Amino acid sequence: MKIILIILPVISLIFAAINGRMSELSASILGRSGEAVELVISLCGIMCFWCGLMKVAERAGLVEKLARLLSPIVSFLFRNIKKGGRAAGLITMNLAANILGLGNASTPLGIAAMKAISEENNSGEQATDDMIMLAVLNTASLQILPATAAALRAANGAEKPFDILPCVWIVSVYSVTAAMISAKVMGAISRKRGKT
Amino acid sequence: MTDYVVPLITVSVLIYAAIKKVDVFEAFCEGAAEGIKTCAEILPALVLLLVCIGMFSASGAVEALTSLLKPICGAVGFPSEAMPLVLLRPFSGSGAMAVYSEIAGYVGADSFAERVAAVLIGSSETTFYTIAVYFSAVKAKNTRYAVPAALVPDLTAWIVCGAVVFAFFGNA
Repeated sequence: MKIILIILPVISLIFAAINGRMSELSASILGRSGEAVELVISLCGIMCFWCGLMKVAERAGLVEKLARLLSPIVSFLFRNIKKGGRAAGLITMNLAANILGLGNASTPLGIAAMKAISEENNSGEQATDDMIMLAVLNTASLQILPATAAALRAANGAEKPFDILPCVWIVSVYSVTAAMISAKVMGAISRKRGKT
Repeated sequence: MTDYVVPLITVSVLIYAAIKKVDVFEAFCEGAAEGIKTCAEILPALVLLLVCIGMFSASGAVEALTSLLKPICGAVGFPSEAMPLVLLRPFSGSGAMAVYSEIAGYVGADSFAERVAAVLIGSSETTFYTIAVYFSAVKAKNTRYAVPAALVPDLTAWIVCGAVVFAFFGNA
């Protein structure tokens, strides 16, 4: 990320010099800082509403309820953890928080789950298959309601910010399925290589 | 149809919470305060990123990049205007927000490329950041196949995204 922040302005300077767009470049530096503030302000309302509503859902026990529904899937995907153990519980909670879009809750749960997996798998400095499965599932978005994407659309003048919902769901189904398959397949390949 | 989703979720969460005797007002305010905190926290990074990305597009470098990537995008029906987002999304969440705003301003809201960009943001995560956080928590130095396995879903999203948006909205 740090490299990108240096490369982008340097390339911009060179391109602006070639294209004779130095005045636009200069204006963009001043203009964009103001735009960032406007963007955050227009996002803030939806973000607050959604975070508030999801806090209510959390208090009402919806995360635990969803976690119970997910537990069969978790015991299928994670092979080397104790059934009904601490790691399994934390993993289901982490995935449930992800689905509900509780970003603030899902990361601490995920980190706790990683630590619990590492105890139950007796891992050293090497990542285990279960750890990789959890990390990969967390990098594929499971969110049912993409609040940030909708907030961004609203801030940029989209007429119905949520009209992309079915598209997001379909693409998410594809990418989450791809995440499970790729983690399982690459895990099997790496185990095979380890033996020979 | 999609007009129903948000109101229905809102109402059912509130009813469910009322049945479970949750102090809705108190819980909501606590969550909303977290929302403000999140917004305030991303602002400094967003200023820097929007400036960098704004410079990049004002200089004409984005046009050069998109025309370079056009043949690859054409293969899966992905709008090349949204391509800078694909490249930045795995590295930075606020960077993706900044690029999205840049694209939306350029192609216009409710256009094909704008919808594709939004769907991509909604259906992917900050892959490298997530991996870094999760594995540093267990001090695993050797992450084995974690990075390639995590890039497969991102690649999948990129491949299907254009086609899915096209199926729902056409090329508008």
